[in-house]
Amino acid sequence: MPETPSKPAPAAGAPAAPAEVHFTVNGHTLAAAPGTLLIEACRAANIEIPSFCYYPKLSLQAACRMCLVEVEKIPKLQTACTTVVAEGMVVHTETPTVHAARKSAIEFILTNHPLDCPVCDAGGECELQDMTFRYGAAVSRFDEPKRHRDEQQWSPVVYYDRPRCILCYRCVRVCGEGMDVWALGVGNRGILSTILPNHQDHLECEECGMCIDICPVGALTSGAYRYQTRPWEMQHVGAICAFCGDGCKTTLGVRNGVILRGDNRDKNGINGDFLCVKGRYGTDFTRHPERLKSPLVRDASGELRPVSWAYALETITDRWRGIQAAHGQFGVIGSTRCSNEESYQLQKLARRVLGTNHVDHHRSADFPALFDALAQPAGAAAQPLPQLADSGALKTAKAVLLVGGDPTQEHPLLAWNLRWAHRLAGASLYVLNRRDIRLRRQARRMALLTHGTEADAVRYLAAPQRGDPPQAELTAVSPPGDKRWPQTPPSTPQPIPGGLEEFRAELAQERDVIIVFGPELTGDAVQALVRFGASLPGHTRYIAMADNANSRGAADMGLYPDLLPGYLPVADGAARAHFAAAWGGDIPAAPGWNQRQMVEAVDRRELDALYVVGANPFRLDPVNAANLKSCFLVVQDLFLTETAQAADVVLPALSLYEKSGTVTNTCGEVQSQRRGGSFEGAKTDMEIIHALARLLGADFGRPDADRVFSEIRAQVNGYDVSLVQLMAGRGALAVPRDGAAPRQAAPQMIRPNHDSLFTAGTLGRYSATLNAVLEKHSRP
Amino acid sequence: MAERPAYPAAHPAEVRVVSQRFGDPRAATLAGYLDTGGYQALGKALGLNGGEAMAPEAIIEEVKKSSLRGRGGAGFPTGLKWSFIPKGGDKPKYVLCNADESEPGTCKDRLILEHDPFAIIEGITIAGRAIGAQRGFIYIRGEYRYVLDIMQRALAEAYAAGYLGANIRGSGFSFDILAHTGAGAYECGEESALMESLEGKRGIPRLKPPFPAISGLYGCPTVINNVETLASVPPIILRGGDWFLNIGLPKNGGPRLFSLSGQVQNRGVYELPLGFPLRRLIEEVGGGVLGGSLKAVVPGGSSTPIFTAEEALGLNLDYDSVGKAGSFLGSGGVVVINDRTCMVRFALRVMQFYRHESCGWCVPCREGTNWLQLALTRFHRGDGRPEDVDLFTDVAQNILGRTLCPLGDAAAMPILSIVRKFRSEFEDHLHGRPCPFAAESSAVPVA
Repeated sequence: MPETPSKPAPAAGAPAAPAEVHFTVNGHTLAAAPGTLLIEACRAANIEIPSFCYYPKLSLQAACRMCLVEVEKIPKLQTACTTVVAEGMVVHTETPTVHAARKSAIEFILTNHPLDCPVCDAGGECELQDMTFRYGAAVSRFDEPKRHRDEQQWSPVVYYDRPRCILCYRCVRVCGEGMDVWALGVGNRGILSTILPNHQDHLECEECGMCIDICPVGALTSGAYRYQTRPWEMQHVGAICAFCGDGCKTTLGVRNGVILRGDNRDKNGINGDFLCVKGRYGTDFTRHPERLKSPLVRDASGELRPVSWAYALETITDRWRGIQAAHGQFGVIGSTRCSNEESYQLQKLARRVLGTNHVDHHRSADFPALFDALAQPAGAAAQPLPQLADSGALKTAKAVLLVGGDPTQEHPLLAWNLRWAHRLAGASLYVLNRRDIRLRRQARRMALLTHGTEADAVRYLAAPQRGDPPQAELTAVSPPGDKRWPQTPPSTPQPIPGGLEEFRAELAQERDVIIVFGPELTGDAVQALVRFGASLPGHTRYIAMADNANSRGAADMGLYPDLLPGYLPVADGAARAHFAAAWGGDIPAAPGWNQRQMVEAVDRRELDALYVVGANPFRLDPVNAANLKSCFLVVQDLFLTETAQAADVVLPALSLYEKSGTVTNTCGEVQSQRRGGSFEGAKTDMEIIHALARLLGADFGRPDADRVFSEIRAQVNGYDVSLVQLMAGRGALAVPRDGAAPRQAAPQMIRPNHDSLFTAGTLGRYSATLNAVLEKHSRP
Repeated sequence: MAERPAYPAAHPAEVRVVSQRFGDPRAATLAGYLDTGGYQALGKALGLNGGEAMAPEAIIEEVKKSSLRGRGGAGFPTGLKWSFIPKGGDKPKYVLCNADESEPGTCKDRLILEHDPFAIIEGITIAGRAIGAQRGFIYIRGEYRYVLDIMQRALAEAYAAGYLGANIRGSGFSFDILAHTGAGAYECGEESALMESLEGKRGIPRLKPPFPAISGLYGCPTVINNVETLASVPPIILRGGDWFLNIGLPKNGGPRLFSLSGQVQNRGVYELPLGFPLRRLIEEVGGGVLGGSLKAVVPGGSSTPIFTAEEALGLNLDYDSVGKAGSFLGSGGVVVINDRTCMVRFALRVMQFYRHESCGWCVPCREGTNWLQLALTRFHRGDGRPEDVDLFTDVAQNILGRTLCPLGDAAAMPILSIVRKFRSEFEDHLHGRPCPFAAESSAVPVA
């Protein structure tokens, strides 16, 4: 074909938008992407524009009038929060007119704001105080009586003080747009305007407290914290929430060692703005009156009596030495709420000192099955698995498939991120579930299974030619990015012809899907899921949802009878040799018993000693008390749980909030935290494990989390994460290497708690606030 | 059907265009409306009477030619507003009739709604044809609940006779109109708050842009016009834009309805050509000031800056003249104030209204109107301080131009002009002196 000289072909449609627009603020030339709000562009350039009602990623209000700036060629002052930057725009933010407008906005806001700062919870951390200090007038010209209205209690944890409210509507928006709960609204008008619950006089909500956190003043206060202290009397310690597996940062307010609150003060954790009811209010279990303050040893009369630490530890090691001498069987059950360092040292104690592989923890996700399924065929070079997604990846995902689970109840951060992706990134969410879960409201498509399980459905998706599809109703078509309020998906699922096949066909159109799955999928169902994921176009990634703060860490650290840290098989001689060299001692070769097998061994009187650290196995697998007589039971915990009540020795432990160390969330994000609270009489699990090892003649070194973490980084597959990232308070994704995980033999051991927003296994019982909220929500 | 309120005798100076059927009981029914020349304009626009149908652009052109300006308050050229509606597009377009007449001193739309409902329906239908809409809405002030019944009866008759609905009178043009009431909020007269309210939400204003022509009701292109504006459309289409323009002044086409109230003999609604002298309105049409001599005039509803007697008597009532003199023709609500009226009390009464009607969304209006009402109450009571007079100005200045919607300006402008023009009356209230008008000001209510 002859070449015809031609001009470059014009782009289809409108000419491409310029990559940046240029504009001037206070004489500085700035550049920003088209569509950027002036307030954001200025803040990015360190030019402060004060605001109350503007809040990033929530809808625009233009209500507080605090961000007024001068824009040349426009006669009136403009709100920087609603002005979009334009090419050639000339802006002034520090002129006498702008200063006067700010001063006036503060003056207006203060006309009806009570100056009760000395007794206001927000005093010292109040945006209105800061703004008045910076921009306000020195003189008050308002001499008229202020409007007073009585304070209202809307829930066990939320109080509203209308006089303090400046009506910025942040609470209304975060509850509606952010949480998709819509419990708050605006009532009355003019000077009588008020925030009010949408349901009579109380909140019908998730009690997340986001409204309190986002309130710039002390209008919304926390029922769990109010009037207890002044903010400057507390130390603010960044911790990782001790409850679910999402690993949110919660900043502990600690006064004299007592944790008075959790909140989201600096918003720089993996959770950004978000924190749920447990992360915010659940910290009060640390102050529960039934907290164990002293070791207990069962005396001759069968009663548990307080004893000294030295006596308790010697009692334990004396018995253990006797059992060792008699070649008895040891079992060790670890915790899903201890740090990585503690779990690592615990299994080291079991394998290297007690000489047993009877090690397990309460499993709630089949991580080994996922890593096994993702592994390349044997012989391929070991590479980090690139198919794992961190929690933040959900926020920018283009498409997400959610199989099983109920993130709204069990993984509130993942649910928040999924809603974020739907609302702000236009992500398509596909839901496959037996239950009509709340995230249906954000789903582009939901397959509500009417018969069969999620595992059946996933097997069908992976191999549709085999057999009939499980029956499902498709429902809830919510177009991505639909911001209309309120979103009203059909109230009852509407069957759509085509069922799962249509669901499959639609998913096949999506690229770069992130697949999030719950405990309904184990073993070969996880294999099937990964086969299906591999058939989707683009780069498919995965998140497995496990229950507790360090469920993933417990798995990664080798609290398995058949897996060493990093999912290396116990049965593999090379793996054993690696750790034997690192630990300076042999490791038994035969895989041990899992948790249920250990409890069954107790019943058969075949287990001679059971050491339970931060777990309550007898809640899941009850034992016959008579059979326990032949098993020496040591339990180390915060409270006298069902398991602890049966123990021969009980050791009081410190909680996750009272120790330093790392934890790994369900996505594999490792995070570091420092000791927040303290509690007299108890020790960290690591201190106890090290002391027991020392008494048994093994030197585990100083019980120092940093030192142990260095060993983990060096020894555990996937944990050579960036220390800089950890120290900066970010999550560092731990990615096991390819080919590491063998398939698990016991998928039936995946036994999730199915906690609600207001329960948390055994731990939740000891939070007065969670109980109060639970009581409110269980009232008819 | 209930008896329509009788309409008082018109003044000879009036030009009866929009008010042509006021007091005519025939206009209550469709048959009577047709007998009195009704629906001829729509017939012309749609080509129902044998003639050629007008192209939508031609309708807009005719309205542009008439120089019809919005009768609700802002005075925006109607034809120009219609031409902003994008052609084509896959979104439906809407015509909204703003019947949320709430500006104190204004009671003219109510008469059209009561006396000539079909003219409004016809006007909306023509507007719909012009912009390519298939649906119109009439949003009626909450306090005019009984007007909803009138409108709904009229709509039902129009539907029954094929003047609304699918394929109007065989023209191929389909159009629906729905009437709806507000719940009693001045703020819902603001166009975007009205749309929020009509959509079933709180009546608070929206951010602009986008403007209604691009994203209005339900996010669709929308024309929103005042009742009187839309009722002016059929005569314009029927008799031509030039005819309408020539009744008034250049850029100020036609007559308009003036609501004359306050301390004046013949209070009422009069349709007068734009440019009519205010002096003649008060003295001839209004029959002179009641109970004293003239002190001040509010030219276009309570939100417009006030004129002193001297300023008022040389003024002609058209958009541009009143604008040049520092106020607005607004809604045409002329309030006459005599010299026995306390201007502090007048300012207080106006502020009470705006404090009560502020939607409360944004800070300066919500807090500023409350502050001014409290301070003016104290001041009028005799507890004023010398610095208060400047404070009133200062607070009002801090509201002016800094609110989300024009309600803030509406509250600030009257107080600013009253303090500036009647400062001595404020000073007369100082130092514990009682209100100098205390004995008299209750004799004739102002507003």
